[in-house]
Amino acid sequence: MSETPKNAEILSRYGQDRDNLMPILHEINNTRGYISEQDMQEIACHLNISATDVYGTATFYSYLNTEPKGKYVIRLCKSLSCDMAGKEKIAAALEAAAGCAFGKTSADNRFTLEYGNCMGWCDLGPAMLVNHDVHTQLTPDKAKEILSQLK
Amino acid sequence: MSTPSILTNLTKGEAYKKAMAMGADAVIKELQASELRGRGGAGFPTGLKWKFTREAAGDKKFVVCNADEGELGTFKDRKLLLEHAHKMFEGMAIAAYVLGAKDAYLYLRWEYHFMKADIEKAMAEMHALCPEVHFHLNFGGGAYVCGEESALIESIEGKRGEPRNKPPYPVTSGLFECPTIINNVETFCCIPHILLEGAAGFASVGTPKSKGPKLFSISGDVKKPGVYEFPMGISLRRVLAAVEAEDTQFVLVGGSGGRIACAEKCLDRNLSFEDLPPGGSIIVLGKKRNLISALRSVMDFFVEESCGQCVPCREGCYRMLHFVEKMEKGEKVSRKELDRFLELGTTMQTSSKCGLGQSASNVFVSMLDYFEKEMVKIQN
Repeated sequence: MSETPKNAEILSRYGQDRDNLMPILHEINNTRGYISEQDMQEIACHLNISATDVYGTATFYSYLNTEPKGKYVIRLCKSLSCDMAGKEKIAAALEAAAGCAFGKTSADNRFTLEYGNCMGWCDLGPAMLVNHDVHTQLTPDKAKEILSQLK
Repeated sequence: MSTPSILTNLTKGEAYKKAMAMGADAVIKELQASELRGRGGAGFPTGLKWKFTREAAGDKKFVVCNADEGELGTFKDRKLLLEHAHKMFEGMAIAAYVLGAKDAYLYLRWEYHFMKADIEKAMAEMHALCPEVHFHLNFGGGAYVCGEESALIESIEGKRGEPRNKPPYPVTSGLFECPTIINNVETFCCIPHILLEGAAGFASVGTPKSKGPKLFSISGDVKKPGVYEFPMGISLRRVLAAVEAEDTQFVLVGGSGGRIACAEKCLDRNLSFEDLPPGGSIIVLGKKRNLISALRSVMDFFVEESCGQCVPCREGCYRMLHFVEKMEKGEKVSRKELDRFLELGTTMQTSSKCGLGQSASNVFVSMLDYFEKEMVKIQN
């Protein structure tokens, strides 16, 4: 992904106070898919804090990726209401369509399957996030169809 | 007097203008007269919080809106953010005016990234109407604990979302250690209604200690799930009738940290700060639902979402999940062992550092209270 901005360019747009850390982590995560240890060191230099501090913060937040993931990170809600609405069948359909198990990334690096906790769609479950996009009232067929549209 | 509601339309910017005309002290008096209590769950009187923060020493003060709606079964703020965001921003602007603060932060949960463009638009609109206030949008990273106010503040400061020791409370030492008003989305949305429609109207419904209209997120085994607005103090019976709940076994009230209300005994209890927690999450479980699976789902949630900072919560949730898994397998447990876990529940409630750990054993304790016979095989 050579077209994505370099760290120096990203960091130059942020001040050097610590409260810039989360927005920086979000931007790198959202544009490049994950935050590498090299990124963390460069962020640490920019904010004048230790690299372990950056690592500790980045790894605290489950939706900030600190290792490479698929192009589409699929997070299926596993909390009570979505569970009751039939998330098990959706999980099976997603595994079949993505060709990998939950917690894994597909061989072609297209999909990563993960479970997430309550996403705020309990009235329209089962629900899942594909990167930032929300999909609700899933059925196994609908879940397969959604994945087939993602190239 | 018509029934108060926070879902009716208001002209944008009117409440802010009125607040400036009234003056900060009169705004606080009006909020105190409305008896509004925080809609995030803890129920602290909003007028008093604003008064303390206004009176706190410090030149620099901040306003923060907690939109990290992550409680199991809660989605009422989603509706407010999508349809009434201007009221929330206006409530924040009024808080900033009361404090003489320049900056107001919205901390939005990661899962609500999809609404970013709409939120930024509403934010720009309100900034045009309240030019003295600079709004900031910060995103969370998928951590439930950041709904705890001091953890949320840590997160805005660029740190791990670990709750702080209290005191000091945010009213004297919040964001960047400055006095800070931090309220939930729904609380801020109430403010313009109270100022424009009057405190008396707002307080005309409710119970002695819980006034005004309240939003509830209702899901589970019901025909009509969704966001509902009821007056505080409504009975569980009326709520279940409105959503057409079927064959109810029990209701999880208040989400993962809430309590259960069994259908046989609790239908005439009411949702208020005096009785069943009115935080907003209501999940209905029908008779066909497995009690232990539901409890395991809740404990599994806490094991993942505990920040791990303090022992009672980190270890307690983990041990409790394992015990529930043992129950799920149908293994026999002794009375002594069960009592030890109920005691662990109390220990977690009394000795955890923040609201997450203090409430993590609530569902376990309240489920066993009602359904011990159905859930555990006691070996003597």
